[in-house]
Amino acid sequence: MSVRNLTVSYGEEAVLRDVSLDIREGEIFGIIGPANSGKTTFLRALNRMEEFDPAMKVEGTILLNGRDTSQVRNVYALRRRIGVVFPLPVGLPLSIYENVAFSPRLAGIRKRAELDEIVERCLRRAALWDEVKDRLNALGSLLSGGQQQRLTIARALSQEPELLLLDEFSIAVDPVTTMRIEDVLKELKEEVTIVLVTNLVQQARRLADRTAFILEGDLVEVGETEDLFTGPVLDQRTRDYVEGRFG
Amino acid sequence: MTRFASTELDERNRRVEWLFRTLFLMMTLILIVPVALILGVLIYKGSPVISWEFLTTIPRDGMTAGGIMPAFVGTIWIVTVALIASVPVGIASAIYLSEYAPDNWLTRVINLAIINLAGVPSIVHALFGLGAFVTFAGFGTSILAASLTLAVMTLPVVIVSTRESLQAVPYAFREACWNMGATRWQTIRRIVLPNSVSGILTGVILEVSRTAGETAPIMFTGAAFFLPFLPQSVFDQTMAMSLHLFVISTQVPGVDEALPYGVALVLIGMVLAMNATSIGFRVYLRGKKKW
Repeated sequence: MSVRNLTVSYGEEAVLRDVSLDIREGEIFGIIGPANSGKTTFLRALNRMEEFDPAMKVEGTILLNGRDTSQVRNVYALRRRIGVVFPLPVGLPLSIYENVAFSPRLAGIRKRAELDEIVERCLRRAALWDEVKDRLNALGSLLSGGQQQRLTIARALSQEPELLLLDEFSIAVDPVTTMRIEDVLKELKEEVTIVLVTNLVQQARRLADRTAFILEGDLVEVGETEDLFTGPVLDQRTRDYVEGRFG
Repeated sequence: MTRFASTELDERNRRVEWLFRTLFLMMTLILIVPVALILGVLIYKGSPVISWEFLTTIPRDGMTAGGIMPAFVGTIWIVTVALIASVPVGIASAIYLSEYAPDNWLTRVINLAIINLAGVPSIVHALFGLGAFVTFAGFGTSILAASLTLAVMTLPVVIVSTRESLQAVPYAFREACWNMGATRWQTIRRIVLPNSVSGILTGVILEVSRTAGETAPIMFTGAAFFLPFLPQSVFDQTMAMSLHLFVISTQVPGVDEALPYGVALVLIGMVLAMNATSIGFRVYLRGKKKW
């Protein structure tokens, strides 16, 4: 996936300016930066969420598998190829089963056996199956925060995404669950490209193959994650941020 | 110990706190008084005339005696037809305003129209109904004309209560669905509507109870002074409880004093039964909290 000259503005104010970067297939791509630097906006632009926000304006090109996403006419099919996990877990007010079956149903899958199979596979991959397999009919929105976040990941996986976007997924999740999800992500990158937005520098270091540092809407630096921490200093701001001198 | 001793200021704050608490409590209790008085008087004076016969016979002796069946049945007709007309339109426009409408001048004009429609006095609605439905549309004085007039009058209630129920469903659910590639309608049908249906029904039932009691809008448009038959279709005129109450209280001499109270008691009973259903829904809703 390639992003070229992406500028996103809300009203008059540009939140992201002229961002160009490439995300390789099968990698975990980290995006770090202080609050309000435009990290979430970047993810929203990838998923073409400007349709639901009249104030949001996107310029530049985003190529997914060589196709300009802004030219994709079936935007719903495009979004189904992209899974999103939000900072605060959102279990839909449906049963656990229906939460995971939601997207497959949208895609037109009706057969119970097929749905059963998808639900179990996705819950297993999100490391939630063992905790919920006996109560698939319980409400997904009443699970604990950590469980709901894994349910959200299972739901994103049920879309069979090419791209999984995670937006500060650990912000409302306990450390043990965070570690479990991180393990899940390491396994998942075999099959799906992951974009991991995080304000935890060390989380990016643990997980991301390459990392971009965004500051106040500008892409400051992008490179192999370890280089941002220990490689030659390309931009002093990056080093200051990852070493905790600001942010 | 001394550190927690009250100062002069603390004492004053406590007295003022007590004063306001008591004041607000008193005001709240005053609310109960008219309700209790109305119900008490109606039951005391009206209950002797209530009987199965009262509900199932027509008025006799120039409406000074007899039952209320045509009015009772007529009110049910009028309310039902009004609901059929207003609920689909009201819910559909509420869904549009809550889920689709962009924030532009048209939406603002529509919202302004709803607020103004809610503020129009019912007698003005009556004249509008007379002009629009009875004369212009050619329905004559009929259940249809009366019900449509009531429907126009109660639309804002349905729209506002439905919109509030829809807005009570957290925005995060919508965003999650959209991000999964759901269209707005898929999101509404699978997530928003199922979780607001109890609230919407509550609003509709409140509308029913209001519709049942309205007199002015149906006076010129479909309700008859005296008509000892049951309506056969929506193009017939009919008697109605509210107008019948007005008529036998003020227009007909020599009515037994208990009779108006009996009619009022039945009317308020209909309304309270509706409200009880509405409260039941709300209790059900609270019991099924989903997030």
